[in-house]
Amino acid sequence: MARVVVDVMLKPEILDPQGRAVKGALTRIGLAGVADVRQGKQFIIDLDTEVDDAVLAQLHELAADLLSNPVIEDYELSVDVFGGEQAHPDHTGTAVGASSDAVVK
Amino acid sequence: MSARIGVVTFPGTLDDRDASRAVALAGAQPVELWHGDHDLHSVDAVILPGGFSYGDYLRCGAISSQSPIMTEVVAAANNGLPVLGICNGFQVLCEAHLLPGALTVNEGLHFVCKDQRLRIESTSTAWTNAFDQGQEILIPMKNGEGNFVADEATLDRIEGEGQVVFRYVGGNPNGSRRDIAGLRNAAGNVVGLMPHPEHAVEELTGPSLAGLDIIASVITALADGQVPA
Repeated sequence: MARVVVDVMLKPEILDPQGRAVKGALTRIGLAGVADVRQGKQFIIDLDTEVDDAVLAQLHELAADLLSNPVIEDYELSVDVFGGEQAHPDHTGTAVGASSDAVVK
Repeated sequence: MSARIGVVTFPGTLDDRDASRAVALAGAQPVELWHGDHDLHSVDAVILPGGFSYGDYLRCGAISSQSPIMTEVVAAANNGLPVLGICNGFQVLCEAHLLPGALTVNEGLHFVCKDQRLRIESTSTAWTNAFDQGQEILIPMKNGEGNFVADEATLDRIEGEGQVVFRYVGGNPNGSRRDIAGLRNAAGNVVGLMPHPEHAVEELTGPSLAGLDIIASVITALADGQVPA
């Protein structure tokens, strides 16, 4: 069993109207010093299978092409393995930096 | 034998009936296509109409771009089949990588619904050969996520290669980079635009009849054998 978490955020240069609206609301209801708010999406994918290199590659492909749009968004992907055997250590925790970099042009 | 032009219906499509009506008024034969089929029914061209396919879930056009019919549309488009994406259809074409860039939320944050003036920037496409270069047309637009974005290198490339087909004039309604309202692929058989030519086909309801010229263009292209039938 593994839990795959994919966080998708709009690239910094892309307008985020939802984040802007939340920023306004936070300021309005009394939170001081709100410099910026960005809103993103999180996908939690539970798998009954082991996450080997092939599955990890497939997950990255889907995160880059379906779950995010590389023209306007970046993604970060992490895999937590629970129950049964531990997969390769690279697949646990947050293997984040490389995956995010992979979609930045 | 009149040209057979397929109009795809996804769950949440709104303008398939209008697109089919435009096709018929222009003298071609509309053919209904269903998103769940792997079958283009031997049509000569395809229109991806406007709407909110799959409720705009995930991103506008993202889930539709992975639908069974789009597998066929992408393969056929890469072989020269004329494909026109209108509004949500344009978003689907971008998500399917048939056109570059992406459509995101309007800069003014409002849904914009009005008649919009456009300049025809490329007539060497299957869908705009009936126009004159630089001609201006007035057709309806209605979108909340019509803000065309791409990185500067991509924008320079598509400008340099003449892939901008429609440009907003008289003010940019949604913040689209370089006032881009519509694009073509390199070959010119695939065109996408945010405004709605299918709503400009009758004097009673539209601001012009420019939509008929869009359909007339593809009929001409097919008759001339500019594109594989």
